[in-house]
Amino acid sequence: MSHPANATEFLKDQAKAKWHDETLWFVRDKRDRISKTIPEWETLRELASQIKDHVLANLGSYLEDFERNALKNGIHIHWATDAEEHNQHVLRILQEKNCKAIVKSKSILTEECHLNPYLEKHGIEVVDTDLGERIVQFLNQPPSHIVLPAIHLKKGEISDLFHEKLQTEKGNHDPTYLTQAARIHLREKFLGAKVAITGVNFGIAETGEFVVCTNEGNADMGVHLADVHIACMGIEKILPRRKDLGVFLRLLARSATGQPITNYNSHFRSPARGKEIHIILVDNGRTAQLAREKFKNSLKCIRCGACMNTCPIYRRSGGFSYGSTVPGPIGSILSPGLDMKKHSTLPFASTLCGSCSDVCPVKINIHEQLYEWRQEITKTHGEFGKGLSMKLASGIFKSPLAYKISGSLMRSALKTLPDSLIYHPLNTWGKSRNLPETPKETFQQWYQKNRS
Amino acid sequence: MVSKEQIMSSRERILSAIAGVPSESKKLPEIPAFRLAGDLEELFATAIMGNKGEVLSKEEFEKWLPTMHFSKVISLSNHFKTHSTHELPEDPHELEDLGLAILEGQLGVAENGAIWMEDSNLGLRALPFITEHLAIVLDRNKLVETMHQGYDLIGNASSGFGLFIAGPSKTADIEQSLVIGAHGAKSLRVVLI
Repeated sequence: MSHPANATEFLKDQAKAKWHDETLWFVRDKRDRISKTIPEWETLRELASQIKDHVLANLGSYLEDFERNALKNGIHIHWATDAEEHNQHVLRILQEKNCKAIVKSKSILTEECHLNPYLEKHGIEVVDTDLGERIVQFLNQPPSHIVLPAIHLKKGEISDLFHEKLQTEKGNHDPTYLTQAARIHLREKFLGAKVAITGVNFGIAETGEFVVCTNEGNADMGVHLADVHIACMGIEKILPRRKDLGVFLRLLARSATGQPITNYNSHFRSPARGKEIHIILVDNGRTAQLAREKFKNSLKCIRCGACMNTCPIYRRSGGFSYGSTVPGPIGSILSPGLDMKKHSTLPFASTLCGSCSDVCPVKINIHEQLYEWRQEITKTHGEFGKGLSMKLASGIFKSPLAYKISGSLMRSALKTLPDSLIYHPLNTWGKSRNLPETPKETFQQWYQKNRS
Repeated sequence: MVSKEQIMSSRERILSAIAGVPSESKKLPEIPAFRLAGDLEELFATAIMGNKGEVLSKEEFEKWLPTMHFSKVISLSNHFKTHSTHELPEDPHELEDLGLAILEGQLGVAENGAIWMEDSNLGLRALPFITEHLAIVLDRNKLVETMHQGYDLIGNASSGFGLFIAGPSKTADIEQSLVIGAHGAKSLRVVLI
């Protein structure tokens, strides 16, 4: 499926699409307002960008520092070149612990690796504990936004879902009531799980610790009650120094939701007595992206979602229209690196307005990379679709005679061309576009009459 | 013949892939000491309120406490030792019915209300999350301006677990409506001493 086709599907429910657009714009506006209360905001973005640039230029040695210090702290380290190996590590640890049910807090990486279906195939019950993620899990859907996983759903739909799954009152749409029901349901899962999985927001090379940020406290509820904590971490999540967290924690929540900080910011350095912490360091295409000079700095992303909230296309097409784990502008520059053919329409799902780059807390030049991906994709897929008409046009523009003849042909053709041809479903250009009124004469004819 | 690629571990393969990428040197910037002007106590209280918590005096807290009729309270704060009804258990699962935990924070950040705590303050790591209500006792002289001063003060001191806690458990995952008390504590009271 292509992005335009999926977006058309999303836009069928116009009232909901409008709500989606306005709600995300509201979050974007909150981000604007809070960022303007920090006089050094732009300096912080520049610092964050420089720190991440430095990490990417020295990634190998920082990963080795991180590993050495984490091992010293009594943490187990595993390396995974791809999603498959990551999933195998998780399964092996679960089997060693004879564990059949786990709780998992938000981790985009485990979504990227399709961990849930893998574990379920092997008879493990996985419970996503972030409220939004639990909701979409009940529906067998992926999250539609990396920070607001259920932003594509209205409370009526969630109420119906909870009535079915959690036996809440039919027709009770009250968010407080529904959240309370989820609290009771998930508490039971927290108390029963022997292994808990989390993502990682930041890994600190000099201390070997890692930081996990949530507002719900679900990551901590899981890991502190379980015997084993598995943290799944992309290799690009490294920061050199603990004090770098000062910069990144000031930027993350403000960029994500417009709040000054997430309510829980947990620093895990060594396991509690009698417990275990495992970190799985995952590549899965990251070193390949690092090797692409034009696209490497997409790895600076801290997954705040600000580029999604501001994007006029994301807001009006919904997260599912992208068909990739990370949707929106940042997803559209990350996903083609994983599978260019599958994600070939994503870099075109943008107006190139540049708003994504303007709000990015680590100053990724997202819109420029979208443009660069278009060049790459056109080079590879150029012979299809629009490519053909462009080649034709280029031939016409090269020859003055061809231009003159085709011009007069076009003027009469445009007048007589039936609408059914222009707005034919095969002609994607005709969608949401109207042909101009054709002039009676050429500019040359007009000039000779009026000015010569 | 087995290629070098095949006998390399995943660790070596990832690190050698990274080593194969040419990179120019990029300097690690120093972080300036960004300051925050204003009355720290006032800024801190405003921030905590914004995070849906509350700042109280010792007297206000002691007035509030009996009105709640908690049947299970654990206090690890020297200022409120006598309010404990139970000892800290070995197993955090036994905290499931805990009504109130009273803990001590090490420092508070005025810009966002974040309070730093470590293993030594928590007793059990699950304590501030599993309790139904949470109170943190904080020395008003331990307020700093921004996160930068916070991390300067914390340094690299090694605690197995440390956290910045800034408010009660909250979510807005249902239609962006804010709800307090998702999984963790349903309220946060900060008692400034």
